[in-house]
Amino acid sequence: MTINHYHYLHPEICALLASDELFAKAEQQPTRYSYAEAMLELGEKNPKVVVLDADVSKSIKTNEFADKFPDRSFNFGIAEQNMMAAAAGMASTGLIPYATTYAVFASMRALDMVRNSIHYPKLNVKIAASHGGITPGPDGVTHQGQEDLSIIRTIANSTIIAPADPATTKLAVWAAAEYDGPVYLSFTRDPVPAIFDLNYPFKIGQAVTVRDGSDATIIANRDLVVQALIAAEHLAAKGLNVRVIDCHTLKPLDVEAVLAAATETGAIVTAENNVFYGGLGSAVAEVLVENNPIPMKRIGVQDTFAESGPYLDLLEKYGLSARHIAAAVKEVIERK
Amino acid sequence: MSSTPMSVDELEKMAVIIRCDIIDMICTAAAGHPGGSLSATDVVTALYFRVMRIDPENPDWPDRDRFILSKGHACPVWYAALAERGYFEKSHLKTLRQMGSILQGHPDMRKTPGIDMTAGSLGHGLSAGLGMALSAKLQQKDYHVFVVIGDGESQEGSIWEASMAAPRFKLDNLTAILDYNHLQNDDSVDDIMPIHPVIDKWQAFGWNVIDIDGHEMAQVVQALEEAKSHQGAPSIIVANTVKGKGVSYMENVCEWHGKAPCQDEADQALEELRR
Repeated sequence: MTINHYHYLHPEICALLASDELFAKAEQQPTRYSYAEAMLELGEKNPKVVVLDADVSKSIKTNEFADKFPDRSFNFGIAEQNMMAAAAGMASTGLIPYATTYAVFASMRALDMVRNSIHYPKLNVKIAASHGGITPGPDGVTHQGQEDLSIIRTIANSTIIAPADPATTKLAVWAAAEYDGPVYLSFTRDPVPAIFDLNYPFKIGQAVTVRDGSDATIIANRDLVVQALIAAEHLAAKGLNVRVIDCHTLKPLDVEAVLAAATETGAIVTAENNVFYGGLGSAVAEVLVENNPIPMKRIGVQDTFAESGPYLDLLEKYGLSARHIAAAVKEVIERK
Repeated sequence: MSSTPMSVDELEKMAVIIRCDIIDMICTAAAGHPGGSLSATDVVTALYFRVMRIDPENPDWPDRDRFILSKGHACPVWYAALAERGYFEKSHLKTLRQMGSILQGHPDMRKTPGIDMTAGSLGHGLSAGLGMALSAKLQQKDYHVFVVIGDGESQEGSIWEASMAAPRFKLDNLTAILDYNHLQNDDSVDDIMPIHPVIDKWQAFGWNVIDIDGHEMAQVVQALEEAKSHQGAPSIIVANTVKGKGVSYMENVCEWHGKAPCQDEADQALEELRR
């Protein structure tokens, strides 16, 4: 039992991690719903906040915001390009629009608007992107946002947050409102365990060590933080003491945390439910190769499309599960 | 600078000055888009010197009317109008497209006083204007938003996304002006991908459509003022224009979409314009 290694995790979550029953017994919620809940509170607090939808408000549950704040909710229909450029126009007048759709549409269908009308003029638009990763499982490839984080990361002026669980999703949504400029927020379609609470020290750009360790570090984001914790627990049973970092902000990357992990643990595995080009793995590798090229391995979606299937089965088949992360950790430790 | 609002007579004179500025700045830059700048000149002149509620001393005034040049490549006309209206020194016009200039090759709202929205990638501006107009309704502000779109630009699908949305949101504080000059980069709009019948299309989408000669200043002013006061639905002014208007060798010649005149050509153009 390694309960003392953890930070910001509920004690019962630590127990479930130790007994490997997290997905069986923990409370779970798709973080798209956590976003929608956060917006209900944010709408109360900040009258400048408006929600823009593109006909998936019932899926993401921003229809609840529309019910509560009908004047501040705008459904653009299935027209993401119009929604994104309209969000830019609204932001130019002082509103804080949360343009809400699925990751594939936010980052690809409407990318030209996202680049030229939102990021180039650095307008205060929040892009709320659900269905991140290959795990909008049953929907299949067209709805699996496996590239969005990489794509948005290449755009100047971008800030990208991929929070791990329901509570940190809410904190991310609220923090985005306080930041003046575009923020891309990434959510899951599928339920993920609620591992943190609202006391989590969330700050944009500041990665959080959620498990101490000295033999290696797993740097993960969004739904793979949970898989990283499970992997670390499995490795602990084999006598390996692994640090886990919730790197919720992909950009700007917490370079200090990465370099500290490199120096202090000597090996790093990154874990992301996103293509392993251009996302978290690439960002960490860029820092390491120029500063401290220690053994490293990237867990992510390989150069492939996935398929329809249940969440956990997809993680397993496409190499993103705790088992794969743990194997990668062993490999980098051996390469030390 | 003459006082505003200007009479039709004064506006016509100002349009000549702005056309000369356009030729001068593009010639100096040795790059730029004269054809579509000259076709939109009368509309832009009427907006900045008569129709819009603006304060050049206070370009970020929250209650100002907004202008977006969605066909952003025609920005020389916008820059010239802003300079003549006093938003910045006219000397900047000579720096168009140069390193360090406040006047980028396509409009940049963060670099140029008076530019209300960055533009350049086509098919964004009407949506951005729609967002500004929605914002005005929500915040109970009475500013009006004017957006100039191109006819070639109207081939972008996003234009039609916005055309569906603006009447649905009852944005009578939004006016589009179609600079219908019939030419685009590669050839005539009709040959590449026709957009007619534009009046029927916009009417079918629920817009108040006003069809004018986009170079008859009295008509331009009347249409803009009518559109500004129209209630219940957004307006679009179909401004029938001539690409390269005012310069004989540029008029209706596709090549002048994105080509700069050399000094001799510019001298001839300036002479014709001032005649």
